[in-house]
Amino acid sequence: MLFYGLGRPSYVIDTSRRENRLAMLRITGGKVYDPAHGLDGVVKDICIADGRIVADVPAGTKTLDASGLIIFPGGVDIHTHVAGAALNFARAMTPENQRHAIPFQRSSHHRAGIGGPTPTTFATGYLYAGMGYTTVIEAAVPVLSAKHTHEELRDTPIVDKGCCLLMANNEIVLDLLEQGDEERARQVVAWLVSAAKSYGVKGVNPGGVTAWKWGKNASVMSEPVPGYSKVTPATIVTALSRIVDQLGLPHPLHLHCNNLGAPGNVTTTLETMKALEGSRAHMAHLQFHAYGGDDWHTMRSASTEIVEYFNAHKNLTCDAGAVLFGNSVTITADGPWQHLLYQLTGRKWGNLDVENETGCGIVPYSYKGSNLVNAVQWAVGLELLLLIDDPWRIFLTTDHPNGACFWRYPEIIQMLMDADFRKERVQKLPPKALERIVLADLDREYSLSEIAIITSAGPARALGLAQKGHLGVGADADLAIYHQNPDGAWQFRYPRYVLKAGEVVVEEGHIRQETQGRQFIVQPAYDPTIEQFLKPLFQQTYTMSFENYPVEMERLERAEVQSCQAVAGA
Amino acid sequence: MITLTLKQQPSVPLEAESITPDVVAGLDHAAIRALPVYLGKRSCRLDEFFDVDGAASDQIEIRGDAARVKWIGHGMTRGSIKIVGNAGMHLGAHMKGGAIEVSGNASDWIGAEMKAGTIKVAGNAGGQIGAAYRGSLQGMRGGTIIVVGSAGLEVGMRMRRGVIVVGGPVRDFCGLQMKGGTIFLLGGAEIRTGAWMFRGTIVSMKPLPLMPTFSYACQGVPDFMRLFARRFQEWGLTALPHDPAQGFYRMYSGDASVPGKGEIFIWQPAE
Repeated sequence: MLFYGLGRPSYVIDTSRRENRLAMLRITGGKVYDPAHGLDGVVKDICIADGRIVADVPAGTKTLDASGLIIFPGGVDIHTHVAGAALNFARAMTPENQRHAIPFQRSSHHRAGIGGPTPTTFATGYLYAGMGYTTVIEAAVPVLSAKHTHEELRDTPIVDKGCCLLMANNEIVLDLLEQGDEERARQVVAWLVSAAKSYGVKGVNPGGVTAWKWGKNASVMSEPVPGYSKVTPATIVTALSRIVDQLGLPHPLHLHCNNLGAPGNVTTTLETMKALEGSRAHMAHLQFHAYGGDDWHTMRSASTEIVEYFNAHKNLTCDAGAVLFGNSVTITADGPWQHLLYQLTGRKWGNLDVENETGCGIVPYSYKGSNLVNAVQWAVGLELLLLIDDPWRIFLTTDHPNGACFWRYPEIIQMLMDADFRKERVQKLPPKALERIVLADLDREYSLSEIAIITSAGPARALGLAQKGHLGVGADADLAIYHQNPDGAWQFRYPRYVLKAGEVVVEEGHIRQETQGRQFIVQPAYDPTIEQFLKPLFQQTYTMSFENYPVEMERLERAEVQSCQAVAGA
Repeated sequence: MITLTLKQQPSVPLEAESITPDVVAGLDHAAIRALPVYLGKRSCRLDEFFDVDGAASDQIEIRGDAARVKWIGHGMTRGSIKIVGNAGMHLGAHMKGGAIEVSGNASDWIGAEMKAGTIKVAGNAGGQIGAAYRGSLQGMRGGTIIVVGSAGLEVGMRMRRGVIVVGGPVRDFCGLQMKGGTIFLLGGAEIRTGAWMFRGTIVSMKPLPLMPTFSYACQGVPDFMRLFARRFQEWGLTALPHDPAQGFYRMYSGDASVPGKGEIFIWQPAE
């Protein structure tokens, strides 16, 4: 019998070679954008030793001439779907997308793969690195398929990785909340996060996915979830955000609100934000939760209402979840929403039930500029990015692949940096759409420094990754070096160089070498007796035995444990 | 004119999507000889398998039994390819213009998801002619495919527009999930013709075993048959009957299980 999975497979290129890691480098002449240290286009040498940024390197060290180029900290994607059972299901369901995707042909320094809306694992690493991104967070992992996710993340080269664990529909947690035993729920959450080797806690449609197992949804924040008498979406949200803060996870509760995508869902989103008062939280893909109107015919942008509340409440961060027109695949744990989307599109539908933990739905979707609803969605993403006044609290994402593919981020950057270009695009929308959005009136243009915040410095800070998103001494030497070019999209699509841990991995759009990134995890403390509580529950209800459930540390390639520190006031 | 003569049968099917007028039109002799073709996962040179004659032309002639050469004319937009012999799978798939002629037999998936252009096969063809690849919503969206001989399964599967004419009999599931376009079956078909068809037209010169989800609608000779009869002449095919004195078409509508608005016409000669 083959012992698959444990130990290092022979094909993984060993890049932890001593001589490389100790290599030193001086980058000269580049204009440095490092918003965390207030550097806004300052010409400055950057010195690298042992994969990190250092104050100085000895004279005679190898130099890289970056004159006329601009230097950003490597991009950090706070919310994406790039690995795991759901994504694999989507890959299998949509061969038509892969057929027209960019192929990566095997070469001496990288493996074969294919791009498109659901790139293969290796291609995912190449595409992210090729765009200057060096850290990605897989946003939705059920504990039951955490092993699978880690296998895929291990095969996602170059970038550093982490993942968030789905918890807001976990029946063991919800049962404890129903009994009012939040203390034990906290122990269970800590155990699950440790067992799954995840980096954070994610809530998806709290209570709604559990309700979906009865063919229902949880759309009112204050109404009990079907099957429960006390637990409501609001109590789940409040309790989970408090638990995450008490455990001191570096990244706050990562929340996908109830009623995603539904017209008029702004009310739900505002109620959710109110339920989060007193705790930190990250609102995922806020674009999908900022709609007004009563139905599909009257749907309008509600970004101003959301932004008014959001700007005043500093406990929250969010990512845009912007939409771009074109083909995509929607993948989410939000099963009931996906069923509705399937009924709207009449296309393919995939539905997965993940035992006591969550669900999953997959529907291929095309966003069309001529479609009124899609036009409003497209505008809302940009409106949020332009209206939220603090770039440190909103980050660039497309909820890949739901709103658009991650490799299309440069298109959004161009629209943020160039108001005329953006307004040209707005004028192409159906005239009816213009009455329902405010985008046409917004003149703000992002500066390069602000782009560095929403793509790198901001998400790194929200994730609590102190070594990412900046270029100060001690930071990881992850750099994206771009041409200075007035056309934002081109400039950010093809970096001149990308450095990961001090090594040049991309040069003029070509992968130069395949390195292996690290995997960030947290190991919050828990009371070991919690296992005695969980084990009998497992034997009753799970198809997997308790002993096989946790992910062994050996499965992870280059795991790095980030410390937990209880959040003040929690 | 560029002539490619097959000199060595590949041990496994050769993937040769570089053999299109669009690629070779601007290349000199040496560059054409060096074009990449794939033998399994290995990238090879075109001249390992073909003798190459000529340069810089959008007219290609392939000689020899190329039944194991796949993807000829993939995505072509102009020019012509003449195959003296047989052709392999995916011939003219995704093509957007130009013409392909095969003197022998062709294989499966010819003209799959094509948008425009013409494919003419003098011999027999395989299945999935003008079809949608697995997972795609639409098959061919325009253009013409003429097969003088017989054809295989799922002819015109999910096609949206365009015309397919098959001279000989076709096998099961002709017009499966068809969304538009026209299929002429001069030699009839086996079972389940038009299953799941939403729209589109299937015309058969021979009686067909119809599924119970098709219902008889009317009979007569629709006007469009006259127009097609003229095009049949241009294509050099046997005359398409359209004279009410010779007979009439019985029209069936379906597939009611979808529910669809497709139509199947079956020729009924006058007694």
